[in-house]
Order: sequence, then C-alpha cells, then structure tokens
Amino acid sequence: MTAIVEKPAAAPAIVKRTVSVKIRRFNPEVDAEPHWQTFQVEALPTDRVLNLLLNIKGYQDGSLTFRRSCAHGVCGSDAMRINGVNRLACKVLVKDMPDEIMIEAIKGLPLEKDLVVDMEPFFEAYRAVKPFLITYGNQPSREHIQSQAERDRFDDTTKCILCAACTSSCPVYWTDNKYVGPAAIVNAHRFIFDSRDEGTEERLEILNDREGVWRCRTTFNCTEACPRGIEITKAIAEVKRALLFRRV
Amino acid sequence: MPQVHQHNYDVVIVGAGGAGMRAALESSSRVRTAVLTKLYPTRSHTGAAQGGMCAALANVEEDNWEWHTFDTVKGGDYLVDQDAAEVMCREAIDAVIDLEKMGLPFNRTPEGRIDQRRFGGHTRNHGEAAVRRSCFAADRTGHMILQTLYQNCVKQDVQFFNEFYVLDLIVQDGHAAGAVAYELATGDIHVFAAKAVILATGGFGKVFKTTSNAHTLTGDGMGIIWRKGLPLEDMEFFQFHPTGLAGLGILLSEAARGEGGILRNADGERFMERYAPTIKDLAPRDIVARSMANEVREGRGAGPEKDYVLLDLTHLPREQIDAKLPDITEFARTYLGVEPYTEPVPVYPTAHYAMGGVPTNIRAEVLGNNTEVVPGLYAAGEVACVSVHGSNRLGTNSLLDINVFGRRAGIAAAEYAATHSHVGLPVGAQGTVTAMVSTLLESTGTERVATLRAEMQSTMDRNAQVYRTDASLKQAEEDIAALKQRYANVSISDKGKRFNSDLLEAIELGFLLDLAEVLVVGARARNESRGGHFREDYPNRDDVNFMRHTMAYREGDGAIRLDYKPVVQTRYQPMERKY
Repeated sequence: MTAIVEKPAAAPAIVKRTVSVKIRRFNPEVDAEPHWQTFQVEALPTDRVLNLLLNIKGYQDGSLTFRRSCAHGVCGSDAMRINGVNRLACKVLVKDMPDEIMIEAIKGLPLEKDLVVDMEPFFEAYRAVKPFLITYGNQPSREHIQSQAERDRFDDTTKCILCAACTSSCPVYWTDNKYVGPAAIVNAHRFIFDSRDEGTEERLEILNDREGVWRCRTTFNCTEACPRGIEITKAIAEVKRALLFRRV
Repeated sequence: MPQVHQHNYDVVIVGAGGAGMRAALESSSRVRTAVLTKLYPTRSHTGAAQGGMCAALANVEEDNWEWHTFDTVKGGDYLVDQDAAEVMCREAIDAVIDLEKMGLPFNRTPEGRIDQRRFGGHTRNHGEAAVRRSCFAADRTGHMILQTLYQNCVKQDVQFFNEFYVLDLIVQDGHAAGAVAYELATGDIHVFAAKAVILATGGFGKVFKTTSNAHTLTGDGMGIIWRKGLPLEDMEFFQFHPTGLAGLGILLSEAARGEGGILRNADGERFMERYAPTIKDLAPRDIVARSMANEVREGRGAGPEKDYVLLDLTHLPREQIDAKLPDITEFARTYLGVEPYTEPVPVYPTAHYAMGGVPTNIRAEVLGNNTEVVPGLYAAGEVACVSVHGSNRLGTNSLLDINVFGRRAGIAAAEYAATHSHVGLPVGAQGTVTAMVSTLLESTGTERVATLRAEMQSTMDRNAQVYRTDASLKQAEEDIAALKQRYANVSISDKGKRFNSDLLEAIELGFLLDLAEVLVVGARARNESRGGHFREDYPNRDDVNFMRHTMAYREGDGAIRLDYKPVVQTRYQPMERKY
C-alpha cells in the first residue's frame, strides 16, 4: 500500500494555529438584518480560507451557506469580501492572513443568504454585451486563419471566470447597478479585439450607452480584485479608445 | 410539504458542463429544450481541464485519425469499445473546427492555423514516437471550451435552470419520461416532463480525498441511474492523474510534460526512462502514476517524508512557460509557494477521472442491460461509459469525448423527441424526491455529513487508489458498508427552505457512498491488472478471463450483482502494452 501524502511537505515545519473567523450572517427566513458571528478554527498555514468555511460548515454550523466548486481558482464560485477586499476564498492562504479574518458577501448584488448573493443581475449585464463571436457571410471550410500576434491581442481578457469580484468591487456599480460593470466590458473586449469577430460596431454601440464604459471612473478596484490578474482597467480604457477613434 | 411545480419540455438536459452545453446547442435548435444544472454553467468542472483536445488535424506534422484511434485503444489497455473510439477520433477533427468557428481562441502556428502539441500516449504511426496532436489554448483549454460553449448558448438563447439539483429520473413503462429537481433558492420541487432526457452530470471524484475534482463532483447522475436498478459499467476503473500538487491534489496538466517537463526522483534521476524507454514522461497516465508511486514506495521519493516526486520545468525557457503553462505554474506558486522557473514542483497522483459510468452506445443512448436501450434516455461525458476510454483514458480525450458525444446526444435526443409523444408521468412523480428531502429535514440522527464523508474518502485513498489488493479492497468494502449504516442516522442542522446546501450535501453523500461501494465491489471481482486498475495480487492483464466490461446492478434488497459485457473489437487485436 502506498502512503498518502497528508500535507505538502514543501512547506517547512507545519504548525496549526487558531484563527478567528468573523462572518456576516443573514438568513432571510429568520433574520431581519444581517449580523456578525465569530467561529474559532484550527488551521494549517497552507489551508485556504475556503477550508476554514468548509470546516465551520462541516463541524460547527451546517447552516453556514456559501458557494464553492473547484476550490483552486478556476470556476469563480467563491468570490467574497475577505478583510474588506474581494477575493476568491480558495485562492487566499491562511499563512497570508492575520489571526482575525472577516468574511462577508460581495457587495452590489442582492444578498440571498450568508455569503450567497443573487448573480442574475451580473449575468444579465454580461449577456447584454453580446459575449459571443459574431461573423457574417461564408465561413472557411477549415479554421479561421489568425496569427499568434492577433491571438495575443485579446489573450488577457479570455481569462475571465465570471466570478464577479471586479464588478462587485466597483464603487460606481455599488451606487448604480444599471452600469454594465467591469466584467461585462472585459467580455466585450475579448471579442472587440478578436480579429475573427465582425460584431465590433454593434458591441461598441451597446457600450457607448450612458450605462456603458463611460461610467468607469478608473479607480482600479476591479484590476486589484481580479483573481485571474486581468488588467481590467486597461481593457476598459482600450474599449473607450476604440469608441473615441472607432478603430480597434 | 414543499411546493411542487410542473414543466413540460421536449428535451431535458441534466448538467451544463461541456457535454450538457454541447448537447444543448444541438437540441435547442431543433426542439424545446431545458438545461438543468446544480451550478451556474460556467462553474462546471470542464473549466478546470487544462492541456488540450486531441484531433488529427495534421497542422504541424503528419497524423491521421486512425493512429489516434489506435493510441486510444492501446491507451485504454484494450478494454475500449473500438467502434466508439473510431467514431470519436474520426469526428474529433470536425469537433475542433466547430469550436474554433464558435470562437474558441486556440493558440496558433506561425501560419495562423491551430497549433498542436505532444500529449501522453499520443503517437505517430502506432507508437513510433510522440506526435503533436493536442489543440490547445495555453493551459486553460477546458476553461475556453466551457466559456465558448456558454457564449454560444447565450447567443442561441438556451433556457437554463441554474442551481436546480436533479435528484430523480422519471421512468414510465421503461421509457424516460422526465426528471425531478430541487430548487436551491426556494426549496421547491420541480417536475419536468420530457420526451427525452440527457444525463451530462460528470464524475464522482469526491469519493476520494486526494482528487483534482471539484466539491460538486458527487456522481449524482450515476447515483440516480443506480437507484433505478439500471446498470453501471466499469466503475472500478478510476484514473489517477500523475501530477497533482503534492498533498493537495490540484491538477498540473500533462501539458507540462508535453512542453518538455521531466519527472525526477529524490536522486534527480529521470526515472520514467526505466518504465517507458520510448516515450518516457509521456507514457499514458496509469503507467506514469504507478511508476511515481513505485519510486516513493522504494524509498526514492523526494521531500522530508520522501512521499512525492518532482516535476522539473527549470530547463524550459521562461517565455515558453509563460506562454504555454501560465495557470499551472501559478498554482504551484499560490498553493505550494514553489517557483517553477527555478525549483522543481512536488507532485503525486491524484484521483482524476471515472472511466466507467452509465453504459451507452455510439448514439449516446443509455443501455438498460448488455444490448437493449432505455428509450428516450441519453448520456454523454464523464457520466457515461461508451466506452472510449476503456481502462485508462488518454489525456485530452475527455474534452474530445464531451464534444463528440455531447453533440451526438443532443441530435439523437432531439430527433427522438420530434418523432415521439410524451409517455405521461406516473401519479406522484415527485414522491421519491419529497421523501428524500423530508427524511433528512426531519431526521434527529446523530451522525454528521462531514465526518462520514471524510471517513469514506480516507478509506478510499488508503485502500482503493493506485495500488489495490483483495485485502485492501475488502477493508474498503467493510468500511463503506459501516458508513452506509451510519448514513441512515445522519442529520443536518439547516432545516430551512432557502439555499439549504446542508441538505444537498447530505443527499450528495448518499450518492457517493453508493458509488464508492460499486467501485470497490467491481475492483475486488476483477482479479487482474489493466489500465487504471492495478491489483498487486494479480499484477498481469488476464485477457482470457477479464477482457470484458463489468456491468453492476443494484438488486431489490440493495445487494450488488455483477455481470459482464463483451468488448467491441474491430481492427485491433490486444497486444502487450509497452511504451
């Protein structure tokens, strides 16, 4: 039988420490208002904040509610505010956190329960920018020809996982939820700068709306929040330039 | 009692990963289609796939789909149904081109065509040398496939029911008649009448502790089929991916080796030269995973506990790592604090993929026994066993499988729905689900879901992983039987209606326990070693007695009955598997 590796031995001497996890709770079936509740959790330095939540749900309070799936930063389920900053709970390690960790739902979307928000307004804004390849006329019998340089032009914005960390960190979005928000612009950018796409004009017109790109105040919150490292503010600026000069 | 809602569709698709959405694109353009998913579509685990999707495009060197078929059959240690492998490898070329036309941003060759790279077990001319066959978008090919399919579903206005957990299938007079779902947001029950149902619910990797699988991969689709008394095929064959981050199981793509990465033991030796002299680090996953485990067992593991091996990328140019492997190198930095430019990355096998599942034929129709289909019922992707992967799936063939058989399922289900009427629902079609939910909500038992799940995962890792023996499997079987008894006494603390994930986790654990048992019982009966199933007490492949698929059935009293099904062989006779 093969012994199973229990801990990443790359880390030096592994010492557990007790972390105080303060969570903003809200159960609409019981609570009139959200309230804070604190849990003590034993954690390894290499544990993710998501492990703390799983530990609380599994062994302390099964009613704690949050979304999670892949647990390594590619599915976008577990965006939340961790010590005041939007992060994916599965990409923050306990070793990088203080002894007290405050966790609450992302802002700007309707709170449903504990750390769960209604994602529908977010996806509605995404769908509004026509986030799909638009082509007209005859298609090639094989693949489209696209140079690697043309492909690289929009590489950064293909990384988006639609976690909403950016949009829900945007102060403009907090006060005006008609604003399409950074994530939708990122996904429009991904097609506007794709050499194969022929929908640039119609997409730019959508973003030229008063609730489109011009609402952006370049606060860079979105760029700092993005767990995929997308240069969102830059992408928004590129869409603004494309609108001003009608040239991509 | 929860509120019950009724819906009526031609086709209902359960699951919105790659297979479900590829099916939806076909089905929804032909007939009225609903897609039910327990997540949001973009959260599905297709998005975690990294390395690529193989197709013999021959964009960068000579290749053809027959070689791809041979590699798939040999890679699966001859348990592959060869008619299905031929279909998959032939249709692979169109499947890749289709995705490109839908907008998928593949990496490109200098001529602007889709670029291709090497991948484990994919060879030129029946094993001569590694061939560049995998089409890719950096190391996030699955992410791009999932996004591209979702984008096209948005374009086509496909109707999704997000966070709807399908917990039962309705079968009336032997025909699929619909599905019953629990709505996470409200706790309401939804009965979907349908002329055809497609299962695309993915795998069940969460039976193991060390796994690359998402928390949500709990085998619900297979579990539902099992409880209906329908068979599951080849469940003992589970793939352990060689390169999980040590201790964590997070996947590091085989593309790392396709790009030139090398596995080394504590002595710095490139040990795969001893196990697979021709293609070395690019041998199929079962062989590499066993070789790694063997290095550790024989004391050549690295690290303070000597319990992992090293994936060395330090000789690769940084530009190549940044362009071709950005995500996985980021995983090593984030989760292990290792810088892959300068340090080798600790890796160890991680439970990755179920080769077995719901038996289907090449039309994606679900089989009710060795030969007869269940009319109106289809399955595609990891939930299905068609069987293109046999006893060991080749890297990239899962992304291919979901596209080829997802498409086939969508077309076949829509055509079936267009030519058949509803068979009608039985009275109280929601009964099984309402009973399941109320039993758990009312339970005053003393067992915790998390405790039982952790114990199940622990025994599966210890006793049913890369190396198995009759004794270890017997231990796992006993442990699971005891856990199933304790599961009857499980209770939950959230008794509410809204977003009750506590309740759903309890239900998912029930499916996992059922499937863990089927896996172990099948593995104990298979007294041979083949592909991903390695028995130390029977270390050789035994074609005389075991060149056949396992078909497991749940009897009325809950006991498991094993039957067998012949393998479809067309052009390839079994040979010794050497690389």
